[in-house]
Amino acid sequence: MSEHEHEPKAVEAAAGQDEEGRPTVKRPVLYLAEFETPAEIVHACEKVRDAGYRRWDAHTPFPVHGMDKAMGLPDSRLGWIVLAAGLTGCLTALGLIWWTNGVDYPLIIGGKPPLALPAAVPVMFELTILFSAFGSVLGMFGLNALPRHHHPVFYSAHFERATDDRFFISIEAADGKFDLDETRRLLESLSPCHLELIQEES
Amino acid sequence: MAFTPIRELGETPLAKPGTSFARVTEVVSRVTENPAPRGWWILFSIAATFTGVLGLTLAYLIWMGIGTWGNNSPVAWAWDITNFVWWIGIGHAGTLISAVLYLFRQYWRTAINRFAEAMTIFAVICALMFPTIHTGRPWHIYYPLPIPNAMNLWPNFKSPLLWDVFAVSTYFTVSLLFWYVGLIPDLATLRDRTTKRLRALGVLSLEGGAPRGLLQLRAAIYGGLALGWRSSHRHWQHYERAYLILAAISTPLVLSVHSVVSFDFATSVEPGWHTTIFPPYFVAGAVFSGFAMVMTLLLIARAVFGLHELVTLRHLDLMNQIMLTTGSIVGYAYAMEFFIAWYSGNPYERYCFINRAFGDYWWAYWSMITCNVLIPQTFWSKSLRTNLTWMFIASILINIGMWFERFVIIVTTLHRDYMVSAWGYFHPSIVDVLTYLGSFGLFFTLFLLFIRWLPMIAVAEVKMVLPEADPHYGHDHDEHHEPAHAKAALAEEA
Repeated sequence: MSEHEHEPKAVEAAAGQDEEGRPTVKRPVLYLAEFETPAEIVHACEKVRDAGYRRWDAHTPFPVHGMDKAMGLPDSRLGWIVLAAGLTGCLTALGLIWWTNGVDYPLIIGGKPPLALPAAVPVMFELTILFSAFGSVLGMFGLNALPRHHHPVFYSAHFERATDDRFFISIEAADGKFDLDETRRLLESLSPCHLELIQEES
Repeated sequence: MAFTPIRELGETPLAKPGTSFARVTEVVSRVTENPAPRGWWILFSIAATFTGVLGLTLAYLIWMGIGTWGNNSPVAWAWDITNFVWWIGIGHAGTLISAVLYLFRQYWRTAINRFAEAMTIFAVICALMFPTIHTGRPWHIYYPLPIPNAMNLWPNFKSPLLWDVFAVSTYFTVSLLFWYVGLIPDLATLRDRTTKRLRALGVLSLEGGAPRGLLQLRAAIYGGLALGWRSSHRHWQHYERAYLILAAISTPLVLSVHSVVSFDFATSVEPGWHTTIFPPYFVAGAVFSGFAMVMTLLLIARAVFGLHELVTLRHLDLMNQIMLTTGSIVGYAYAMEFFIAWYSGNPYERYCFINRAFGDYWWAYWSMITCNVLIPQTFWSKSLRTNLTWMFIASILINIGMWFERFVIIVTTLHRDYMVSAWGYFHPSIVDVLTYLGSFGLFFTLFLLFIRWLPMIAVAEVKMVLPEADPHYGHDHDEHHEPAHAKAALAEEA
C-alpha cells in the first residue's frame, strides 16, 4: 500500500553557502519516517524500541492508544510535581491566614478565636487547587521542554501533517546507535510512506 | 479481539463511519480561515451594540454611584448579585463537561467541550464584573486581596465574601489554564495549515502583498500560542497526564465554587437563606442552567457554521437528558425547602416561603417553577428531546427560570425579613436592566470572537474517538504484541 519515495541523495553530505558566501557543510540531524495509520505507527514504534534507540520520538496528531507501551516509556512523573505544588498551596493559605488574622492583626469575628481553622478551610482548599493547576500546567511544560519553537522536525514540509492526519517517527543523529545506513534500513523495513533525512547547516 | 468503534451506552458510534482525520481538521479549521458567514456578522453587530450599551451604563454608574440602581434598604442585593450568581452558574456546565464527563469517560463530550469551556470563561468574566461594580468604587477592588497596605489591615478570612473572592478567582484561573492546555494541539494545527498556505503562496507569487502579510501575522500568533508543539508522543504522555490532573482538580473545584457562592447566603441569619441544602442545590442549579446555555449557543453555532457532522442529534439528546436530571434535582430542592420551612416550626422561615409563593413576588416564583421544574419534564419524551425547535425554546426558558430562581432567593428574602417596619418592595431602574442586557452583549461578543478565531471543536480529541484512531482498526485480532505476527501483518499491508 505504501509508495516508497525515498531520497537517498539527502544522505550525501551536501555543501552549501552561508549568507556571506562561505562554504558550509550540512550535517544530519534526524531521520523522519511518515506513516498513514495508527496501526502502522504502533507496530513501527515497537520495532524502533526493540532496536534499542533512545533519542527518538513518535509524532501523532492525537495521543494514540497503546503508544506508551510501544515506545517503552516509563510512567509520567507529573503527579509528584502536582502533589508538591498542591501541598505548597495548602500550607501557603494556612500560613497566610495564620499570620494575617492570627498574629499580625488578630481579628475576633463572631466570637471565634483569631485563627479559627474551620473558617480557613475554604481558602486553603482553593489555594491547593490553584497551585496544583499551575503545578500541572507548568510542570507539563517543564517536562516537555516547551515552549520550543525551533525543532529540526519543522524543516520537513511533510511534517505539517503531523497535526492533521499523518504519523511520524523521528530518530535523532545524537542517538548513540544512529548510523546513516543502518538506521535508514531499519526505518525502510517498517514500510513508511515517506522517509527523509533532515540536515542542518553547521 | 474484534474491533469495536467507541460507542456510548452500547448505541451508535459517535462520528459518522468514514469520517477521516483530515475531514475533522478541515471542518473545524475552515471556520477560522474562511471569511465569516453573514450570520456571524449579524450576530456580532448586535452583540457589539449591546457591549456598547454596557460601556455607557458602566460609565454612568461609576459617575453617578450605586444610587442609579434600584437597590436600597432593605433590598441591598438585587439584580447585581442575581446576575453574578446566574452568570457564574452558567459557567459551571463548561467545567462539568470538560472535567466531570472526562473523568467518567463520556466520549461524546469531545464534540462540545471546547465550546463549553469557552462559555465558562466568558460567563465568569461577566459574573466577576457584577460584584466589582457593586462595590461602588471598583478602583478599590484590590481591598479583599491580602496585600500589605497603608492601613495596616488584612482582609477578614472568616468572611464568606472573602472565600468567594478566592473561589471565583481560582475558578477563573484554572478554567483558563484548562482551556489553554486543551487548545495547544489545535493551535498547532492552525499554525501548520497557515504555514502550508504561506508556502503555496510563495510558490505562486513572489510578491505576496497584503494576504501574505496577514498570513505571516496569523502564523506568528497561532505559532506563538502553540508553543512549538510538535505532536510528540513523549509530550502527549505528560500532556494527557496534565489534562487528567486538571480534570481531577476541577471537579471538586466546580463543586466548591457554587458551594462557596451559596455560603454568601447560607452563613447569614436571614429566613430562606440560612439553610444547609444550599450548597448541593446551588451546584445542581448551576449545572442545569449551564447546560441550557451550552444548548442555546450550540444550536446557533451548529446552524451558522454547519457543524451537523460533529455535533449530532445524539449529543443534543444526551445534553437534554442531563437537563432533565438536574432540573429534577432542582425541583426536589424547591419542594424540600418548603418542607423544611414547615417542619422547622420557625415562623419567620414559614412566612418567608409562603410569601415567596403567594406574596408580592408570586409572579417571579411561579415563572421559576414553570421554567425550571415543568419545562424540563417534557424531556422524558424522546420526540421532544430530539426536536430542535423545542430544545432551543426550552433552553432559553430554563435560563430565564434560573435567573428568576436567584432573584426569588435574594429579593423575596430581603424585602420582608423580621421587622415589619423594615419591609419594602424592590423596583429595578433602567440602569439595572441595561447593565444586565449589556452583560449579554459582552458575553456574546467574546463568544463570537472565539468561534471566529479559535477552533471551536477540540480537533485532536475528536480524532481520538474516531474508529480509525484505534490501532486495531481494520484488524481482526490483536497481533501487534507478537513480533512474528506483526511482521506478517506488515508484509500483508505492504
